[in-house]
Amino acid sequence: MSHRDPVRDSQANRMIDIALDSRIPAGPLDQKWDRFKAEAKLVSPANKRKYTIIVVGTGLAGGSAAASLAELGYNVLSFCIQDTPRRAHSVAAQGGINAAKNYQNDGDSVWRLFVDTLKGGDFRSREANVYRLSQTSANIIDQCVSQGVPFAREYGGTLANRSFGGAQVSRTFYARGQTGQQLLLGCYSALMRQVDAGKVTMFPRREMLDLVVVDGKARGIVCRNLVNGKVESYAADAVLLATGGYSTVFFLSTNAVNCNATAVWRCHKRGALFANPCFTQIHPTCVPLLGESQSKLTLMSESLRNDGRVWVPKSKDDKRPPNQIPDGERDYFLERMYPAFGNLVPRDIASRAAKRMCDSGLGVGKTGYAVYLDFADAIKRLGKDTVRDRYGNLFQMYDEITGEDPYSTPMRIYPAPHYTMGGLWVDYGLMSSIPGLHVLGEANFSDHGANRLGASALMQGLADGYFVIPYTLGHYLATSEVLKDKVTTDHPAFKQSVEQVEAATKKLLATSGKATVRDFHWRLGRIMWDDVGMSRTEAGLKGAIEQIRALRAEFWENVNVVGGNDFNKELEFAGRVADFLELGELMARDALDRRESCGGHFREEFQYPDGEAMRDDDNFAYTAAWKYNGADGEETVVKEPLTFDNLKPAKRSYK
Amino acid sequence: MNFKLKIWRQAAADKPGAFKEYSVSDVIPEMSFLEMLDHLNEQLVKRGEEPVAFDSDCREGICGTCGLVIDGLAHGSRQGCTTCELRMRHFKDGAAITVEPFRARAFPVIKDLVVDRGAFDRIIQRGGYITTNAGSAPDANAIPVPKQVQEDAMDAAACIGCGACVAACPNASASLFVSAKIAHMALLPQGGPEREQRALGMIEQMDREGFGNCSNHGECEAVCPKEISITNIARMRREFYRAARQAPATRDGK
Repeated sequence: MSHRDPVRDSQANRMIDIALDSRIPAGPLDQKWDRFKAEAKLVSPANKRKYTIIVVGTGLAGGSAAASLAELGYNVLSFCIQDTPRRAHSVAAQGGINAAKNYQNDGDSVWRLFVDTLKGGDFRSREANVYRLSQTSANIIDQCVSQGVPFAREYGGTLANRSFGGAQVSRTFYARGQTGQQLLLGCYSALMRQVDAGKVTMFPRREMLDLVVVDGKARGIVCRNLVNGKVESYAADAVLLATGGYSTVFFLSTNAVNCNATAVWRCHKRGALFANPCFTQIHPTCVPLLGESQSKLTLMSESLRNDGRVWVPKSKDDKRPPNQIPDGERDYFLERMYPAFGNLVPRDIASRAAKRMCDSGLGVGKTGYAVYLDFADAIKRLGKDTVRDRYGNLFQMYDEITGEDPYSTPMRIYPAPHYTMGGLWVDYGLMSSIPGLHVLGEANFSDHGANRLGASALMQGLADGYFVIPYTLGHYLATSEVLKDKVTTDHPAFKQSVEQVEAATKKLLATSGKATVRDFHWRLGRIMWDDVGMSRTEAGLKGAIEQIRALRAEFWENVNVVGGNDFNKELEFAGRVADFLELGELMARDALDRRESCGGHFREEFQYPDGEAMRDDDNFAYTAAWKYNGADGEETVVKEPLTFDNLKPAKRSYK
Repeated sequence: MNFKLKIWRQAAADKPGAFKEYSVSDVIPEMSFLEMLDHLNEQLVKRGEEPVAFDSDCREGICGTCGLVIDGLAHGSRQGCTTCELRMRHFKDGAAITVEPFRARAFPVIKDLVVDRGAFDRIIQRGGYITTNAGSAPDANAIPVPKQVQEDAMDAAACIGCGACVAACPNASASLFVSAKIAHMALLPQGGPEREQRALGMIEQMDREGFGNCSNHGECEAVCPKEISITNIARMRREFYRAARQAPATRDGK
């Protein structure tokens, strides 16, 4: 199957003025990465110290990139919005990290991880990227163990594995329910070592507010010091963005409250294409919404589905407490609908199935928007102690939030926005459409297609930072001649950017409307959840675009940002919400254009009679990369065709 | 639910601070302590007043960003709980609640309830790592680690770096934080090669930052949201003694 003509098909037949070159190396799939490494231009050790690299974000992708580049000898400037790099939101990942180690002798391989990931992403990612991810996965585990990450082990001292959604092998490595924390502390410690060595300079409590482009190349950033409000400029030879995803556009999500899309969005406005913004992931196992005052939704690791069974009562009228409902009157709907994978179907499938149950009136709990996740059988089979060993901290977390004990009564769960597969478009070397601007981790779009499998986000973040960017950035630097024309912050482009950022801050502080920043964020979140969430329709999306535009106009007329230009959380949030009010519209536009269902993107018009997603490979096997055309212009789409030479796209079935 | 809050307000590090009283109404029991403060802040913003500044991020007890002293206790009175995990249903309706920042000489106040814990990063920089450049690691199963050793290391590694231990200690000692990292790495075979210089370097930096000494009060363990054990401090002392005997000078020769 080949879609070589990017302007063909679809109603979104807009003018194309950029040709996207993904720069995927030639040759067989399993040799592409080796070939890239063999042919890449190198920067000599003596020259590395002449380069300065900016890395924004200190999660798994940014932290590992900053540390690895410093180890190689580059001068790194590392920025984060948190008070210390150790708090980046990767810290909250619970369940684990995938790697094709085949330590369990259960048939895993690089090829199988590649197949699972490509299929899990519903054939909307690049084969070459996914294969490279799969290849580097094993090195990540080696690296982390060597750093002292205390992964779970067997009694003999070897590493333990668990299974995870979307796979039939056990390839997930984990550190209790705190895998993300432990991996992040590993790369944080590597980063701190480089700070001590003088190779990394840390800039915590800084928010990137603009990208500085000189002669078409990314040459620096402008950021706001969140402690004193001062706008600061930094010049470099390349800029790496690892600022995470944009799930907080929904207001309520499993992301941390400070997660935002501002850095990514400002780069987009400077010319970086934004790919597949409508590909968002709704995670099935979250604590249901309790009230309007809630600031976030709490995720509980998908690993719970290894031993927990998901069910609703068979009858809508059954309002008995869960423990009084006999087995025969329960519908274990995932096991019924997907006997091969049962409770371990991928996230998008599990989430949609739960929504269908609740929409048809079978939901449980006060709101009717929840399903049960039951450990009674697991406790019978394994004993309470084993269940506590595996999930103790998650059970405790659930108990703290809801006041209910999951050992004795089933948990109630409901899906929540969790991860965004979309992000800035990057080529095979992780470079965006702006030369010199590289994008890593969740902030890019590259590896997960339309749906990410569990335990693959940590894998991608660390693969990008430890094992991809050290090679691809070197090649960029060696071929781009940035050393010949060193840019400093005295360049007019920096001055202009600083003026813009300062003007934008003044504009926000000058508002004196009636509504709070949170009001707007909440309202935007409701629009996004209702019409650009788990299930989308043409009418709903068109309506959402109108509503978002109206809300955006209202924001600038009626928001009230109190306080001054110093340490001011209201001001920080106001800037982020202003950006979300633009990004939200693009997400809806992209979802409207993609007239098919795939992965996390479900269009009600495109489904099989049994409610499964109907993908359209003839017309939509492409990446939609959107180009910003100014505040008054409409975004235009550039299509990168996806070709599948090694794995023929098939209907994704977990039955 | 309604509460009377007495909150520490301080415009900046170099400005004097004072308690200010607020009433907050329409609190629901499911709210977390921070959501209750969000709710108060919304009311303040609507009145045109400046909201109370406090730090938080993940709001599920893992990032270590949040940290308030609530009625004299770091992270409040719930065992094994960060401020963001604490729910209002644990408070009596109508109660008066005092809210302060984590106080310690090494944690200067930035604004209101926000403090600077940068000293923790500087301590980690002095040895809280295992030197292993990307690409140089042997196969992950090459060195077996007994399950119990891994579990003990994990218990120590669970520290979220919130600083509650410092806030609770009458000496403002960082011993629990520092010892948890030293223990985590000393237990694992991978941490062996740098064991001595790690213990010496981190402890030296802890002293330099102005943290006090440990005098076995045990307040740190009592407030630790991750229930890190004080036995780590005993291990740290042993590591220090062992290292001082073997390598009397630190890397700097000081």
